Amino acid sequence: MSAHEFKSPVVRWIDHRLPVFSMLHHTAHEYPTPKNLNYMWNFGSLAGLSLAIMIVTGIVLAMSYTAHVDYAFLSVERIMRDVNHGWLIRYIHMNTASFFFIVIYLHMFRGLYYGSYKAPRELLWILGVVIFLLMMATAFMGYVLPWGQMSFWGATVITNLFSAIPLVGDSIVTLLWGGFSVDNATLNRFFSLHYLMPFLIAGVVVLHIVALHRFGSNNPIGIDSTGPQDTISFHPYYTIKDVFGIAVFLLLLAVVVFFFPNAMGHPDNYIPANPLQTPAHIVPEWYFLPFYAILRAVPDKLGGVLLMFGAIAVLFILPWLDKSPVRSARFRPVFRIFFWLFLVNAIALGYLGGKPAEGVYVILSRIATAWYFVHFLIILPLLSVFETTKPLPKSIAEPVLTGFSSAPEKAFAAPRRL
Amino acid sequence: MLKRTITILLLVLLSSPAVAAGGEVELRSRSWSFSGPFGTYDKASMQRGFQVYTEVCAGCHSMKLIAFRNFIDLGYNESEIKAIASQYEVKDGPNDDGDMFLRAAIPADRMPAPYANDNAARAGNNGALPPDLSLIAKARPNGADYLYSLLSSYKDVPDGKDVPEGLYYNTAYPGHLIAMPQPLYGDDVSFSDGSETTIEAVSADLTQFLMWAAEPKMEARKRIGVAAVFFLCIFVIVSYLAKRRVWADVH
Amino acid sequence: MAKSNSKKKLTSAGVHEPGRRDFFVVATYAMAGLGAASVAWPLIDQMNPAADTLALANIEVDISKIVEGQSITVKWRGKPVFIRHRTADEITRANATEINNLRDPESDQDRAEKPQLLVLVGVCTHLGCVPLGQKSGEVRGEYDGWFCPCHGSHYDTSGRIRKGPAPTNLAVPPYSYLSDSVIRIG
Repeated sequence: MSAHEFKSPVVRWIDHRLPVFSMLHHTAHEYPTPKNLNYMWNFGSLAGLSLAIMIVTGIVLAMSYTAHVDYAFLSVERIMRDVNHGWLIRYIHMNTASFFFIVIYLHMFRGLYYGSYKAPRELLWILGVVIFLLMMATAFMGYVLPWGQMSFWGATVITNLFSAIPLVGDSIVTLLWGGFSVDNATLNRFFSLHYLMPFLIAGVVVLHIVALHRFGSNNPIGIDSTGPQDTISFHPYYTIKDVFGIAVFLLLLAVVVFFFPNAMGHPDNYIPANPLQTPAHIVPEWYFLPFYAILRAVPDKLGGVLLMFGAIAVLFILPWLDKSPVRSARFRPVFRIFFWLFLVNAIALGYLGGKPAEGVYVILSRIATAWYFVHFLIILPLLSVFETTKPLPKSIAEPVLTGFSSAPEKAFAAPRRL
Repeated sequence: MLKRTITILLLVLLSSPAVAAGGEVELRSRSWSFSGPFGTYDKASMQRGFQVYTEVCAGCHSMKLIAFRNFIDLGYNESEIKAIASQYEVKDGPNDDGDMFLRAAIPADRMPAPYANDNAARAGNNGALPPDLSLIAKARPNGADYLYSLLSSYKDVPDGKDVPEGLYYNTAYPGHLIAMPQPLYGDDVSFSDGSETTIEAVSADLTQFLMWAAEPKMEARKRIGVAAVFFLCIFVIVSYLAKRRVWADVH
Repeated sequence: MAKSNSKKKLTSAGVHEPGRRDFFVVATYAMAGLGAASVAWPLIDQMNPAADTLALANIEVDISKIVEGQSITVKWRGKPVFIRHRTADEITRANATEINNLRDPESDQDRAEKPQLLVLVGVCTHLGCVPLGQKSGEVRGEYDGWFCPCHGSHYDTSGRIRKGPAPTNLAVPPYSYLSDSVIRIG
């Protein structure tokens, strides 16, 4: 990290003692970034923005929220009716949660398509999966707080997943509840943890960025940059591109917040929680539906739970399942077909998760679940051995294909030191 | 790839919440003044709806989240609201002797419930709990159309359909068997503005009122929304042009 | 072509920033700033009193049942308000006081719309304790009005500060007579 000469003497004075400005300059200004990134690389900054929006609106909502079974629902309605701009802040919080998951899913599928999880970025990918897990936990607990019917029964169903664990399952569930059912103690601890976890996420995001900056961004052709001719400085090129991405994101978010604020929610959550009556048809929030479908696909309680957690666990070992040295799907014709198949399958799982667990839906869920695991555990390892990849370009700056099939080892060229 | 992914994800998004509530529900839709990005509530209709609520529904259904002061949205002025509130009695206390007492309501009070608690409400209604109506329009799929249809879909029982004691046949209700007896028969109320009192007209007025009760900030939301979307559209264009300029010299 | 030259410029960050003075770039950052600022307002304004709080910002009090010499305390905006039906003697003493010698000079006429009825915010102007003197038998201080036990402020029968650390008289809240028997505070 070379010291940068700042113009302002005050900045220089501070930076000499506390090099925050140098760090910022290095990470958000001069940071050399591949010049061929497409718009799929916008979702990282959008995820960061989503997290920031969630934290800011969340802190504000907590000022008017009451974590007590008798008042939680009423306090949320008070926010919607009486608190100044409370409806706006809550609708932003509610819908940005969904947008956060849209952004994260696109970010993840970008990584899958362009092989961003491969060496030397395995830890970068794993930290991302950790963030994803923390997000799911945070979103789940946040959904409980309004204490509507879906809040209550969602909490009941999800916490009951742990009862599938042999021997200690029931004790764990009692521990999670702090009682013999989802009740006031549960609501209170969920509020506490819901407030804590976004800051844990922010911490892991910092690690994620540190890991990213170690080797720099992957890029659409998936080869390492060979020198300065392949990169441009982050600022102003990617800052302005990110601003444009943010503008589009905010426009879509505003359309939903102001004109369809409840489209991604469930009407039943406007009914206060009733521990004596389960709604006719309970579904989790849309972003959990693929995993919910996997859970229900298995007729065995423990099996379903294990498979659902396995669906996320498999992401952790992905870098070692797909060992093809070529990163980008652009040069992997067979992988590319399977990628789209996998995407369609994931969407099908989401669709099936929202359908009642009966008839043809169960069979389809089982097929889709099986395919999910087949893709990761069988297809990807086989492809890395048998697939014939297309020739790779020489460098990012010269996307001219070399006449001969490039040696796969080339993708493993020594990482650039920054 | 980007376009395809977004399209597919949007499709998933839009399809997932549309989960049927069970039973073939026949809904009749209507063009509501509050639908669309510029939609607003119809004040006269809401006032009539409020009258229908007080005269027909309020015997069983509470609206606990609504305070009398909120009726400013219905077009009543402060003294009218005071007069409306004073017709209700609310429990207050304890007084200096330690007793609870009833007093006339003031605008700051919320509307008192017809029953002291849920069990009293069940006991008074064959064991069925009449739900609170404050949020009912948002607590049902397609809330407005659902309420409108429900009130006017009490039909003769078809042959072969067995309707148990205490339940009624309604084609808009999931499962078609509802515990609420038919509330409207036409000409149940008389409006001072001479408006129609058919079942459909009265149901529409009541729906207008209940929709407002569930989403009282809708007009402000849409007003700010139009401005925000307009601003962001320009922001998208300007930032795109800025991006083009900055990237002009990158090859 | 000067291709290699421009590339060199591109990569040396900070030296060459294309579009820095470009209209659209400036407009973009200006709009981003404007947008952020307008979003900040709702986030701050939500801390102001909510509609249900404001709805209780004024109260109506029935004063017909307060007999001469009696005080009642009502809660207004979360604070006690003293309403005292003063005796003729108290009114006389309040009027007889030489105003110019007071720490916070105010005539009794300015403090009570009708002399019989004195309405005061029951919060000591020193550090916010509630003074004694409302109930019969309580200490009423050297001037027979109210006495704050926290740091010994003495108020007279008009609620004016006479002795002790408090800087100003007990505040008179805004109030008006809706009728002879009802006042509206706030």
